[in-house]
Amino acid sequence: MEVLLGITGKDFVILAASKATMRGPTIIKAEDDKTRQLNKSTVMAFSGEAGDTVQFAEYIQANIQLYTMRNDAELSPNAVANFVRGELARSLRSRSPYMVNLLLGGMDPISQEPSLYWVDYLASLAPVPYAAHGYAQFYCLSILDKHHHPDINLEQGLKLLEMCTDELKRRLPIDYKGVLVKVISKDGVKEVDFDNNRIVTSA
Amino acid sequence: MDKIVSQYTRSPQNEFYSEQEQELTETLPPISLNFKLPPLDNPSGFLRAMTDDHSNPNCPIKLAHGTTTLAFRFQGGIIVATDSRASAGDWIASQTVKKVIPVSRLSRGEDKPTDKPTPGLLGTMAGGAADCQYWLRYLSQQCTLHEIRHKRRITVAAASKILANLTYAYKGYGLSMGTMLAGMTPQEGPALYYIDSDGTRLPGNLFCVGSGQTFAYGVLDAEYRYELTEEEALELGRRSILAATHRDAFSGGYINLYHVKEEGWVHHGFDDMNPIFWKTKLEKGEFSNVTSEL
Repeated sequence: MEVLLGITGKDFVILAASKATMRGPTIIKAEDDKTRQLNKSTVMAFSGEAGDTVQFAEYIQANIQLYTMRNDAELSPNAVANFVRGELARSLRSRSPYMVNLLLGGMDPISQEPSLYWVDYLASLAPVPYAAHGYAQFYCLSILDKHHHPDINLEQGLKLLEMCTDELKRRLPIDYKGVLVKVISKDGVKEVDFDNNRIVTSA
Repeated sequence: MDKIVSQYTRSPQNEFYSEQEQELTETLPPISLNFKLPPLDNPSGFLRAMTDDHSNPNCPIKLAHGTTTLAFRFQGGIIVATDSRASAGDWIASQTVKKVIPVSRLSRGEDKPTDKPTPGLLGTMAGGAADCQYWLRYLSQQCTLHEIRHKRRITVAAASKILANLTYAYKGYGLSMGTMLAGMTPQEGPALYYIDSDGTRLPGNLFCVGSGQTFAYGVLDAEYRYELTEEEALELGRRSILAATHRDAFSGGYINLYHVKEEGWVHHGFDDMNPIFWKTKLEKGEFSNVTSEL
């Protein structure tokens, strides 16, 4: 029951990932960071098979950094997304494929356009205005369908995220220990303070 | 002494009925009707083997399953809304199912459309279509008998308990139903109960049932308040079903809307979801992940 959420707006992308690491019936860590920064303007959030997730994310991170150093140029989020998808697709047909679901958020360094990519463990890639993985899809997509607009500002975006996490707190049977929120904008990547201790009342 | 006592104790004889009639009023409905079961050691296992699409896609009997239904209490009564799709496995069996079933006196012809509120309860249908239709009709009978016996309408609490006791009596025999009972009585005010085939019976303010429940909950929880106006409540009910018909493959068709108020229930349309979806998208700018251009 890991939560991954992504929301784009006028000039930013928000990525949120749940902080709980679960193994069987226990939460073994409550402050986990399920995101990796790939370059100045791209962040990847991941969930899935234990072990695979961090291995894959750091493999991608290292290769993107290598590319940046060799060519002295940042890859655009679109290029990063297609590279990531390619690596997942290659691994899918190997003897032990990576079972990882991803959200990629980025700002194009040239056009300054925000973009969000939804990638699943079968290596499907889709550019989307908002996205979720896991059970969060069932609760949050209908909220985002209704309340998301492409030209919202960051404040509205974080409000929208709060609507989503409130619903998850209300209805998900397991405590996901709040979300870690990263915002990608023209100024780069920032972790933002997000109030995970709000008490949500049920109807 | 006996004289004084009899003056203050009510005779067991009811003033309305003769002794024989009184006996009839006190017979309770049998909990277990005698159905023919398959002549096997484990009838429920047999039923599961014949009908469980999930574990065996080649099962000979496919039950109608996917659904979105919702009901919530608010200041002005109760809103009940459903989609209208019935699917049997991968197949859409019908797009025009009436999943809101009036549970009221049987002989009054209350299914006929009128502008005036119709007294009685509403039940919703999720899970096996046959089970829901059959047992809500049975509940109608029991409610009618209650009305004749006691000369007043049954409370929602009592009606829901008849159904819950019934589903509990049949627990393990393979019933499949998730239903909500909504009604308004002078004793209870607006009352809403959730009853399912496990034998669960819960009173509450807000329930969504079916494969599309999470999508409906998402929209509904975000803007639900008890203080909603009638207009807001109807729109929120409609929009929540729309969300589910859009995202859940097993929900769709028409949006069926009801409002239960003091005098009875009022029907607020059985409307195709498709034009409502495009109207919502184009006029309000929602569903921004769907493109309207070719």
